[in-house]
Amino acid sequence: MQNHKYDVVIVGAGGAGMRAALESSGRARTAVLTKLYPTRSHTGAAQGGMCAALANVEEDNWEWHTFDTVKGGDYLVDQDAAEVMCKEAIDAVLDLERMGLPFNRTPAGRIDQRRFGGHTRNHGEAPVRRSCYAADRTGHMILQTLYQNCVKQGVEFYNEFYVLDLLMTPNAEGVEVASGVVAYELASGEIHVFNAKSVVLATGGFGKVFKTTSNAHTLTGDGMGVVWRKGLPLEDMEFFQFHPTGLAGLGILLSEAARGEGAILRNADGERFMERYAPTIKDLAPRDIVARSMANEVREGRGAGPHKDYVLLDLTHLPKEQIDSKLPDITEFARTYLGVEPYTEPVPVYPTAHYAMGGVPTNIEAEVLRNNTDVVPGLYAAGEVACVSVHGSNRLGTNSLLDINVFGRRAGIAAAEYALKADLPDLPPDPQVMVEGMVTKLLTSTGTEKVNTIRTELQNTMDRNAQVFRTEESLGEAERDIAALRDRYENVAISDKGKRYNSDLLEAIELGFLLDLAEVLVISARNRKESRGGHAREDYLERDDANYMQHTMAYRSEDGGVNLDWKPVVVTRYQPMARKY
Amino acid sequence: MTSVAERPAVTPVDAPVSRPVEVKIRRYNPEVSEDVTWVTYTVEAFPTDRVLNLLMKIKGEQDGTLTFRRSCAHGVCGSDAMRINGVNRLACKVLMKDLPDRLTIEPIKGLPVEKDLVVDMEPFFEAYRAVKPFLITGGNEPSKEWLQSQADRDRFDDTTKCILCAACTTSCPVFWTDGSYFGPAAIVNAHRFIFDSRDQGAEERLEILNDREGVWRCRTTFNCTEACPRGIQITKAIAEVKQALLFRRV
Repeated sequence: MQNHKYDVVIVGAGGAGMRAALESSGRARTAVLTKLYPTRSHTGAAQGGMCAALANVEEDNWEWHTFDTVKGGDYLVDQDAAEVMCKEAIDAVLDLERMGLPFNRTPAGRIDQRRFGGHTRNHGEAPVRRSCYAADRTGHMILQTLYQNCVKQGVEFYNEFYVLDLLMTPNAEGVEVASGVVAYELASGEIHVFNAKSVVLATGGFGKVFKTTSNAHTLTGDGMGVVWRKGLPLEDMEFFQFHPTGLAGLGILLSEAARGEGAILRNADGERFMERYAPTIKDLAPRDIVARSMANEVREGRGAGPHKDYVLLDLTHLPKEQIDSKLPDITEFARTYLGVEPYTEPVPVYPTAHYAMGGVPTNIEAEVLRNNTDVVPGLYAAGEVACVSVHGSNRLGTNSLLDINVFGRRAGIAAAEYALKADLPDLPPDPQVMVEGMVTKLLTSTGTEKVNTIRTELQNTMDRNAQVFRTEESLGEAERDIAALRDRYENVAISDKGKRYNSDLLEAIELGFLLDLAEVLVISARNRKESRGGHAREDYLERDDANYMQHTMAYRSEDGGVNLDWKPVVVTRYQPMARKY
Repeated sequence: MTSVAERPAVTPVDAPVSRPVEVKIRRYNPEVSEDVTWVTYTVEAFPTDRVLNLLMKIKGEQDGTLTFRRSCAHGVCGSDAMRINGVNRLACKVLMKDLPDRLTIEPIKGLPVEKDLVVDMEPFFEAYRAVKPFLITGGNEPSKEWLQSQADRDRFDDTTKCILCAACTTSCPVFWTDGSYFGPAAIVNAHRFIFDSRDQGAEERLEILNDREGVWRCRTTFNCTEACPRGIQITKAIAEVKQALLFRRV
């Protein structure tokens, strides 16, 4: 075992983690731990852009952006947080540009902007050009730019260090404060204890609970899982975004930027069906609405293809030059993975699990909440792992790249400033013992269950029962399936018993987190008997503000079950209205 | 209303037929033995399967000790560069419909092998860091963005696509024989800044690349360009850096 001491430890090196590191490492001694290499993080897969009301190409302002974010989130957004995000969006984009990000440009040499789903002029009048972009690899350019600046600043990384436990210690007043993390080093199998004054969680999402997903294999919700097992709450876990345009059968993402550039969704009859569901902004409606419309076309028999099980994304009317300059990557994905030529053929698409709106609850300073009001001193979270809640029940496209930059920055500053004032907390006795136990149990297990089998069955039941449409019956089935899989997981065994790069062990641990989080998702979803944003109940079709305009707060009970509570939504300027587009 | 059970499942386009494929993999784990072994697995492959799918099937169903890196699975994170039938590819970006029934898979060459298909990436990232891969500016920062024409932006567009997967550098015969050569990926990332109109660090970077382990070691074999999963015209970028060095003009 090795011991380390830092002022600030950041867990995760995607956009949020590295943006935090750029702030914190200049102020306090900082380590960044990642289970990958920083440039492998899934921020790099984001495509379409990052919205900010720069008004470089047409009239816009941050208040319109805030309204769109609140309405897009179906009024479950904490409006104070959305205001912060949309105001700070402008500096967040300009900061990235000055760090070197190669945005596309206007004829005047300014940052160019394009349309994106749900982003409108003057409270819904018409689509507005708000998304700042670098072709269709904006996330890649953000990840590279942040990493480049971390190199410039000499940020200290621990690559392929897998954080498996959060350490907390009672302070003089008896309040549990963050005191560090325990990590497993993949290369050697060694356990490392990091004692720190503050900890920033930036570990991303958990899309691998689903089978059809745009998420990387590594998005297994480890940060949320670690927090959950410490008895801290998770917020709004039932709200998972299904991105409308995944490559059919594969789930690989095709950016909404395609529709921002003018692509059209069609059913088997060639009909532009979004005209029926969202007459004003059509194909540029928010993702939850487009995903449900697509799923509805398919189940009503208007799907395309031999099995009528997908719809078509039509780019054939766009000029080749526009496709090549604005959408080169996604059109290549269509060619590589489906053998479809987007210049001349429509691309088969179907919704794919994409983004967790819920996560570790924080306030607008990125401090993690232990309940509805109190924070865990020294613990911060930002990005997809967190729920601040700027996305409410449905995130608008581009707002995730914005979220990681705005709240990653805030988390980095807050964590460093806290660390500068705090003493290094004592570690709890035998801090490594839980992780040692977890690792030893898996390495010595003589069980008969395989990781791959349990994971596949989990993903299948989640796709079947907790996807775009949900019912009491389907969620009940998912809950029973997950309970059975959790029992079987107790009997899981791995083949690789070694210490060196044991990815077999890693996958088994990740599966444990996936099972925990899938259970929280399904139980939270079952409890919300309304349809709102990304959570569509076929047995409760309407939004029910009287009973459910509040955040779900899930807590792990002593016996490992799930207890649910509510948290009020912060409303500042927008009262809930019917959500029409 | 349609019940959940009746909802149609999404299936791949043109539901294809699978075929058995022999996958021969170079295995090495110094924790067990210093010897390299070659192990052949037989696995059912669909035409739309990526090589990564096959590796995951082998790991998940036949041999959990098989070790390789992977993350995004669609060619943007750069984790799974490997030699597939003698050519550097991303395992997630090459489909079985384009490959024969026998595959030979090895780790990328020129970096120390740690275990099976996992190599030590540190020397690769060290070369990357050495070329100062970040925007260097002087004078006052603008209050908003730096202005840049789209034409100036296009000047370095190609080299911004790099995902640092090391497929290029580890396909380079010069790098194989001399690991201290910066290698194509580092030069690509230097190019990305040298030709950025906002950047003022071209002189420092060109000086670094003028080193004996720098850009002049390139023998223009085009292996790197062929290996790049992002389609970057690497040899052309290296030639542009050479020209900038000769004429001290970008």
